[in-house]
This record gives sequence, C-alpha cells and structure tokens, in this order.
Amino acid sequence: MKGFKATLLTGRSLKQGMGKEISKTSDRYKESVSICEVHPKDMEDAGLKERDVIRVTTQFGSVIVKCVPSDHIPKPGIIFIPYGPYASALIGMNTNSTGMPTFKGISAEVEPAPGEKVLDIRQLLTNLGR
Amino acid sequence: MATFEDVVCPICGCLCDDIVATVEDNKIKGVKNSCSISATKFLNYHKHRLTSPLIRKNGEQVPVNLEEAVEKVAEILTNAEYPAIYGMALSSCEAQGLGVELAEEVGGVIDNQTVTCHGPTALGMHDMGMPTCTLGEVRHRADLILYWGSNVEESHPRHLRRYSVLSKGRFRKEREERKMVVIDVRKTASARPADLFIQIEQGQDYELMSALRMVLQFDEIEEESVAGIPVEKIEELAELLRNCEFGILFFGLGLTMSRGKERNIDAAISLVRDLNKWAKFSIMPMRGHYNVTGMNEVTTWQTGYPYAVDLSRGYPWYNPGETTFVDILRRGECDAALIIASDPLAHFPKDVAQNLCKIPFAVIDPHPSVTSLVADVVIPSAVTGIEAEGSAYRMDAIPLRLKKVLDPPSGIYSDEELLQMVLEKVRSMRG
Repeated sequence: MKGFKATLLTGRSLKQGMGKEISKTSDRYKESVSICEVHPKDMEDAGLKERDVIRVTTQFGSVIVKCVPSDHIPKPGIIFIPYGPYASALIGMNTNSTGMPTFKGISAEVEPAPGEKVLDIRQLLTNLGR
Repeated sequence: MATFEDVVCPICGCLCDDIVATVEDNKIKGVKNSCSISATKFLNYHKHRLTSPLIRKNGEQVPVNLEEAVEKVAEILTNAEYPAIYGMALSSCEAQGLGVELAEEVGGVIDNQTVTCHGPTALGMHDMGMPTCTLGEVRHRADLILYWGSNVEESHPRHLRRYSVLSKGRFRKEREERKMVVIDVRKTASARPADLFIQIEQGQDYELMSALRMVLQFDEIEEESVAGIPVEKIEELAELLRNCEFGILFFGLGLTMSRGKERNIDAAISLVRDLNKWAKFSIMPMRGHYNVTGMNEVTTWQTGYPYAVDLSRGYPWYNPGETTFVDILRRGECDAALIIASDPLAHFPKDVAQNLCKIPFAVIDPHPSVTSLVADVVIPSAVTGIEAEGSAYRMDAIPLRLKKVLDPPSGIYSDEELLQMVLEKVRSMRG
C-alpha cells in the first residue's frame, strides 16, 4: 500500500446535513463527516478498500478518516471531505484579508493508516486544548 | 391532533413555506412537503436536547439554574476588553437585533456565519452591486438556470422543484421550457438533471468566467481550452446564455471558498452584467442557513454593515479581514465570546478553533454541538421555527414569518428571550 498526493475539497453532503439534524453528538453525524471521498483509481493504486482507514495531511494538520470511493470525484488526485471537525483539522487560518479561510483546493497527502482509529468528537476537542 | 399548514421550514435559505406538520401530545408526528433534511429536523428536533444550563467548573460542565448561567454570561462579556457575539444565522431577526444591541452594549464585534459562507459575496457586492431578483421571478419566468459551484440537490434539496428548473411557473410551466446548466468541479447529484454539465478545474472559475465574457463579446481565445474546458464548449455555453429570455446564475461556496474568493464574485457579477446586453439576467447567492440573509439585513439596518462589525470604538467599524470573527481569533485579539445557534469549533480551521478554546466563551443553543461540549457556559434554547416564532429572510431577501407549532420544554426560552435577559443583566452590571 502506498500514499498519494491530492487536492482537498471540503463541502456539503446530504448525509452531513441530515446527520447534524439528528445530533452533532450522534454516531450518524460522526459517520457522515469522518469520511474522505476518493477516486476509484486512487483507491486501487493505493491498495485501499472501501472504509479503510487513511491519514490525510495538509501543511496545516493531519486527521484520520475512512475512505470511500466516489463517482462524484472528477479524476484521480482530487479528494473530498464533508464540512465538520475532521475537515476543519486540515484547513489553514489565512483568510487573504477576507475573513474566509480557503476551504477548497488545498494540497494534501493521503496514506493508508491501518491500525489507526478515527477519533470521536470529544477526542478531537481534547486536541483543540479543552 | 392538530395540523399546522404553511409552516416555514427552518433549515436552508429556501425557507419553504408549505410544510404541513401534524402535532399530537405536543410532539410532531408527521410532516408533508419536507425535504430529507427538513423532515429529519422536524421529526428529531426534540431528541438529544440540552436540558439544563451548565457552567464549566474544574474542566467539568455542571448543571446550574438559569439565573446563574445568565449572570455568568453577562460577567464574561462585561469583563472582556474585546468580546465577540457570533452566530444567529439559525435564529429569528428579533433575536438577531438583540445580538447587535448586546455587542454595542459590551463594546465588541458582532459577526455571523456569513464569514465562512458568503462573506466574499458581500465583498463582491460592495465592489460591483448585484443585479438580482426574487425566487418568484425565477419560478415564473426563468428559461435558463445556471448553478455555478453549488451542489443544490444536497444543500437545498427542494430548490429545483419549488423555485427553478422543475417548478411550474406562471409563464414557464414545463421542464422543456427551461434549460439547466451546472458548472462544478465534482459531478454531483446536481449534475444529473442538467441539460449541460461543465466540469471545471478546481480553482479556475475566474479564468472560465473571463473566457466566457470574451466569447460573449465575440473576442477570439488563442488557447485550446480554459479551466480544462475546450473553447468550443465555452462557445456552446455562451450561445446558450446569449439566447435565453430570462437567465439566472445561482452560485454557491464553490466560488466563495476557492482561490480568488471575492474576485470570483466580482467576475460572476460582471458576467451577468454583460449578459444583460442580450437577455434579462440575474444573479443570486445560494444562502445556506435559513436566516443568514436575515442576519445580514438586521446587522445592516442597525449598523450599516452586513457582518463583521466592530462596535468597540463606540461607532460601527467594518473591515472584513480585520474585524471578521475568524481573523480576530486568528490574531488572538478576541478575549471572550458568546456563540448563539452556531458551531464554530466544528467549522473553523483548527488553529482558529484552538484560539477560541483559550478564551472564556458561552453557547446558547437548543442542542449539544461540538462547541457546546466544552463551553464555559451553556444555555439551552427553544428551536426557532418550531418552538418559537419570529421573522426570517429567504435567500432572495423576502421576509417570512416562522411559526411556533408547539411549546418548548418547561424552563426553556427562545433566543430572543434569553438575549433580552443577558442584555438586562449586562446593563445592570455596568450600571
């Protein structure tokens, strides 16, 4: 298994929208936002199967999520993580004097992370310092 | 059993006002006309609630009475040099007005979720103005509907059916009378109903809009492709746009969050302005939270500016990039915060979220959120639009009345009532 470089997009998904209405502390919300959509060819090249654990790293941070193949991804080298605390761990705080951080189009690296665990929301908060 | 008709949905900027809710034993038993997100809210809003005010003591949140929690919130804000009041895109306009008043009283910043959604849209609008219209005009008249950087089917699931391509308008009744174009990086569910889907290279929206403006003016493009799109396809799109009678460009966060940010919006507005040489053409941001537009309206009519307003000088000061909540946290300037109906610890970049965790902050929310889990004070509130009434503005700035269909749990108050309590307590502390 080997890693690959990618451009990270974050955004809305229907499951995330429904998950947050169940509860931000629910398993359904966690399941909806702790995933990374990957192009099937990147999955194959990296030896990844659906719901394998991966580490996504940008210059701003690193997070463990589960990978899912997606036909929404236009081509190899693009990955998508729904809005939420997992995506936010990878976003830089520069706003280019607009107030808006860059949530789409961030250089990232993806690597298989067998044996690693997807943290729950409370563990992510501990990492934030509370 | 009681049936409530024409309930306004408190989810997204569509503010669908045709929801039918059936209520029995002070619980919603069923809803009609809801999308999947709306139905999930109406049928689950009462589960997983915050039930008691909480104050964090020695790292643990412990239940307290409401008076103590309100006093603690007032104390946090009063003791701060540069506090922020943030959120309320999921509150009523009446509560939002009190939020602005509170920020003025404590000499802080009032900001809202616009900062991480359509803040760049506001900046583009300041530069260029915005030729827009209502969703009713789109429904009745639009024959060309373009979604750019918006996964409308997942973010606003009834938009197509109620207001645009699939709606039955007065003058455009059939699907065949309208053309739908989607431009996006990903081929999402929203591409499926489109007549033309254009898959653009990430971060090259500005380039494509510039090329499109050139082609519209019959200028020659010397490249074979722009933003990954062959020039012939750009010409095909230009032809489609030029030949419509009433066109609308709906745009989403694909434009505001990508490279270029507010400059992408400048380019989109310029494109629409150009298109008015050939057709009636309008542009509208796809606003996400159901009353984020209202928060911009209220903040504007009370301070003159739509978001990120610094009231610490005794008069409103607006400079996004400087006065935006993300930036005052980023620079470590903000020293206390009150978060209302929002979850910044889930959605702000990690380093900004870390800085929020270093300062005292309080949360008012009906439900536990990532932010409420570690807040210094938590006050549970009623669910606006279900347990509390109020005004809200649809994405096209049309105000609608949110209904109260049943009572909140005993001892739970609306955002409006809670903010009034905090405001009164702050005023009494400040003498």
